[in-house]
Amino acid sequence: MSMFRRQGGRYVATFAVDEVRVLRKVASEVVGLLTDGFDHTDPVVGRLFPDAYPDDPAGTAEFRRYTEGDLKTAKIDQAGAVLAALPDSAGGEVRLDAEAAEAWLRALNDARLAMGVRLEIKDGTDLGEELDDAVAEDPTSSRVFQLSVYAYLGYLQESLLNALID
Amino acid sequence: MGGMAAPQVAPVETPDTDEVPVADRQWVTIVWDDPVNLMTYVTWVFQKLFGYSREKAEKLMLDVHHKGRAVVSSGARERMEHDASQLHAYGLWATVDRS
Repeated sequence: MSMFRRQGGRYVATFAVDEVRVLRKVASEVVGLLTDGFDHTDPVVGRLFPDAYPDDPAGTAEFRRYTEGDLKTAKIDQAGAVLAALPDSAGGEVRLDAEAAEAWLRALNDARLAMGVRLEIKDGTDLGEELDDAVAEDPTSSRVFQLSVYAYLGYLQESLLNALID
Repeated sequence: MGGMAAPQVAPVETPDTDEVPVADRQWVTIVWDDPVNLMTYVTWVFQKLFGYSREKAEKLMLDVHHKGRAVVSSGARERMEHDASQLHAYGLWATVDRS
C-alpha cells in the first residue's frame, strides 16, 4: 500500500496500478453522484449536504438555495483534482502541491463518507472485525472489496494529512 | 469519529476568550459526531477554517467525539451559515442554531 510523504514543497506517493484504478473509480463515483444521479433522498447525498437546520425545513431549503450550487461545484472540483493527478493507466507517481493536496484530502473524505453510509459504518464499528466477518461469509463478495477500499482510503487520507501537518 | 491514530491528549480546559459582542452572539455553528471522519482530520479542519490553535482545535474535536456535538463558532446568522457551508465542503456534519 502506498502512502504520501513530503518531498520539498510537494506531497508525493507512488501508486500501483490497482490503487490507481480504485482511486479513479471512487473519485468518478463521487462525481457521478453529484451530477447525473443527484438526489436529496439518497442518504449519501444527505450526508454530503447535511440539513443546516434539522428542525426547520424552510430554513434548510433557504440555506440550500444559497450554498448548494457552490458546495456541489467544490466537491466536483476536488474529486476532479484526484482524477487529474492520477497517472493515465499504469501505476506511477503522484506529486501534489499544497493546494492539490488539500483538494485530495477533502475528496478522499467525501469518498469515505459516501462509502461509510453505504457500508453502514457506526461509531463502534471495528473495521478488522467487519472485514473478517465478510470474508468468512463470502471472500469474493462486493462487501469485502468495499470494506477493503474504505480502509485503504482512510489509510491514504491519514498519510496525506500527516505529511501536510508534519 | 474514526479512531485511527487518535491523538493521545487529555482534554484541556480553556476559558472562552472570544471577543464577540453580545449582540452578535445570537447564532451558533454546531459540529456533530460522525463515525467516518478521522479525529486528526477534524482537528486540522478546525485549525484551517477558524485559525484556532492546535490546543483549542483538539479540545473542540474531543468535545465532538465524547459529547456528540460542539459549538465551533458563534455570531451573526449569515456568518454561521457561511461557516456551516465551509464545514460541509470539508465533509463535517455542521448545523446552525440559535445560541
